[in-house]
Amino acid sequence: MSASHDASRRRFLKVLGSATGALIVGLQLPARADTPDELLGDVVSRLNPYVRIEPDGTIVIGARDPETGQGIRTAEARIIAEEMDADWPRVRVFPMALGVEDAGNGEPRWTLGHQEARGSTGVPAAWNDLRVVGASARELLVRAAAQRLGVDARSLHTELGKVIAPDGRILGYGELAGDASALPPPNLAPAVKSPDAFRLIGQDAGDVDARDIVTGRQLHAIDQMPGSALVAVIARCPYPGGTLGKLDASAARALKGVEQILIIPKPDASVPIGTRPLATGVAVLADDTWTALRARDLLQIEWKPGALVQSDDALAATLDARFEQAPTTQVRNDGDYDHARKLAHRAVQARYRIATVAHAELEPPNCIAELDADRALIVAPLQNPRGALDVVQTLTGLRPSQIEIRLPRSGGGMGRTLDNDHVAEAVMLAKAAKKPVKLIWTRSDAFANDAYRPFAVHDLVAGLDRKNRITAWRQRIASTSRLAGRGEPRERWWLSEAHPDDPPAGLIENFQLDWFALDSNLPRGNWRAGSHGVNAFAVQVFLDEIAVATKQDPLQLRLNLLGEPLQLPYRGHGGPVLDTGRLAWVLKLAADAIGWTRKRNDGHGLGLAFHFTYGGYVAHALEVSMEGDKLVMHRCVVAADLGRVINPLGARASLVGATLDGLSTALGLRITLKDGRVAQQGFKDYPLATMAQLPRDVQVILVPSNEAPTGAYEMGLPGAAPALANAVFIATTVRVRSLPILPELMRLL
Amino acid sequence: MPRLPQTDPGITPEPIRTGIDVAINGENFRHTGDPSMPLLWYLRDVLRLTGCKYGCEDATCGACSVLLDGKLARACELPMEKLQGHRITTVEGLANAKGDLHPLQQAWIDEDAILCGYCQPGMLIAAADLLARKSDPSDDDIDGIKNLCRCGSYPRVRAAIHNAAAGMKGARK
Repeated sequence: MSASHDASRRRFLKVLGSATGALIVGLQLPARADTPDELLGDVVSRLNPYVRIEPDGTIVIGARDPETGQGIRTAEARIIAEEMDADWPRVRVFPMALGVEDAGNGEPRWTLGHQEARGSTGVPAAWNDLRVVGASARELLVRAAAQRLGVDARSLHTELGKVIAPDGRILGYGELAGDASALPPPNLAPAVKSPDAFRLIGQDAGDVDARDIVTGRQLHAIDQMPGSALVAVIARCPYPGGTLGKLDASAARALKGVEQILIIPKPDASVPIGTRPLATGVAVLADDTWTALRARDLLQIEWKPGALVQSDDALAATLDARFEQAPTTQVRNDGDYDHARKLAHRAVQARYRIATVAHAELEPPNCIAELDADRALIVAPLQNPRGALDVVQTLTGLRPSQIEIRLPRSGGGMGRTLDNDHVAEAVMLAKAAKKPVKLIWTRSDAFANDAYRPFAVHDLVAGLDRKNRITAWRQRIASTSRLAGRGEPRERWWLSEAHPDDPPAGLIENFQLDWFALDSNLPRGNWRAGSHGVNAFAVQVFLDEIAVATKQDPLQLRLNLLGEPLQLPYRGHGGPVLDTGRLAWVLKLAADAIGWTRKRNDGHGLGLAFHFTYGGYVAHALEVSMEGDKLVMHRCVVAADLGRVINPLGARASLVGATLDGLSTALGLRITLKDGRVAQQGFKDYPLATMAQLPRDVQVILVPSNEAPTGAYEMGLPGAAPALANAVFIATTVRVRSLPILPELMRLL
Repeated sequence: MPRLPQTDPGITPEPIRTGIDVAINGENFRHTGDPSMPLLWYLRDVLRLTGCKYGCEDATCGACSVLLDGKLARACELPMEKLQGHRITTVEGLANAKGDLHPLQQAWIDEDAILCGYCQPGMLIAAADLLARKSDPSDDDIDGIKNLCRCGSYPRVRAAIHNAAAGMKGARK
């Protein structure tokens, strides 16, 4: 493709973008190749940044968002292939690098639109701007065919990778691609398909990387190794905020294959977490991983603890006093809670406690950094590649266009790699070593230095009238904010902790939601579904407690509370509207499927929960029993209304997966402190649930919908834990008010 | 007997390097490095067989599962010095030489048992070990697989094992 052609296409894409008013940046050509062309086979043409067609008709589609297991590569390729009328078996999908060019003054301009794995936002963004990418590629192919055949383009139609003329003549996309790529681009954005013409969207598609994964050929970042790179491992200070005391590296240095020993200085606490190393450390750079690990074991290090780090127990002990004080932020205040509480016929009160947990994604943090005077290459598990670019820029002084950030498939992200501390470490080491570096975290490293899911306590009070209607509701949340230490002022810290419009807000006349800051030196960070992942536990268990206290059916109480379908305003991710009717509907579906009304005398207990997460309406129903001292989960149902579903097979995987992850975490996972440092060092003392502990099957009910898609990845998580706790209560009459559930259940039984 | 003229050929014969002989996916290799190096790092760093994943260092997660003489083992706790003369199969060795997938691999694709994919090579090896011991495993047998998946792929892994077992049974008939 010639430079002038490239330039004209860029102009077209800008015109096209402004005409649609859609994400303009998503349609601009990147200034640099997105992926080395040799990776793409015999490419004859590029129709736009995302689509190339090979002579044999193979359509090569770029997927822009980082894949962490949410199925985004498949979903994005299906959206583009749908609008192109591609023949799916002949589609190949490759991961794109971060699309960036220079905007001047060192500022980046993003050229590919949405490129992050955060809050299930990939599919909604793809729906908004990748359909037109596919449609524009199709339009070029049709116009090329019209020229070739000497007919009016409007007389042609497309099907399964072919353009078909009214007289029956057929041209394959492979034959047309060269001509199509040379055509002057259209001035207006082509129309996208009407949903009733969809052939791929709404149909099941297996993960595009499946074959590579089952054959062991899928290269995660940790599987890649530039020939000249040194492997780095870091002995990090295990005490949050601690410092390096004494170091004797002589034995490590003497080991054959050890190249360098470098110090990562104590990070500046005023620099936001996620953009700098989490801890000071001593790095060993060696020829291979095993040598680096052995050498690290030979380091003689004395660490000095930093300021005191508060355990969950220590924080919990301060709460009675803390709740006596004014809240840090009054998040919502409808009506007059105090007055309504006084008038109430009766009240229910309970306090819930949520443990600190770690990310424990299976691929531990790692990062390859290759630096030259005028170039940087980063290969790492990344959920937030733009943030990674910023880190590289800050540390190297390079311009955005000089930095290539590749996005290999991550072995889970779970929010851990929204932070780029691993990138900062690797770049610092590569810079100091003057050699490419492949940094690896071990499992124990990952437990010892994480940005953990915050500890939280929810204190809830409900006032009820004589008819057992909830007339007053006060929820006080005390937590160690995820935003602490991230450059945000204290008055904004509540934003990651409390959601002002989460039900039952808007459904109870006198409603008060307060947030209380707890201070902790333990780094805190994003963890699946953010605070939705735990706030649902408090609310949904409390609703059951109200039902029990007032002898109401927990399903009926929830349906009464949700009432007639209402469109409530919803600020924040997932808004602008929450439809209570959709929430009630998924709840009914889940309850029906689990057999809620069926009488049972087998000692089994059923539990329900619902939650609105990032625009998705999800309800869980769970059936459990105690077999001796073993908690057995017999059945699980997840009913979800996620708008239009791009790939039901992928959405089911996401919903089941998040549900099981939610159950696994709720069962037994917690981070504790011992002697000022994290006690857990491996999976032996942080036992992710195995197959035997989880339900053998999870039934998924997807509500058909023509609403815009919400994505599916995180929505299955929040309701799982409360459904479990509610089912456990019915089965055992033991009310567990803390996460994780098992230790507390065993204590109370 | 006439003596041959003594000339210096300019070549110093290379002594046969001593090492640890191990057969991996049917090919013979000799490890001449540190005998205490775990198989995990030999596979990943030396042979670049990166289907054997690093997930932990205490044999808990199962991401590095391999078959040692046909039986399930964790590569992270197998030092090379214990492997002299042994046979190792990794996920790369499950398909046959022609590249035809193992029935388990095909079942994994058919059931879309993927999610992030990081644990799946180890899961496949654990399943291959199970099917070698029990050709028609029950759900309880499958529950014996202790490999960890953080993404929650277990139900699809279970379905894939049942599918593969049924297919292999049919093929034997």
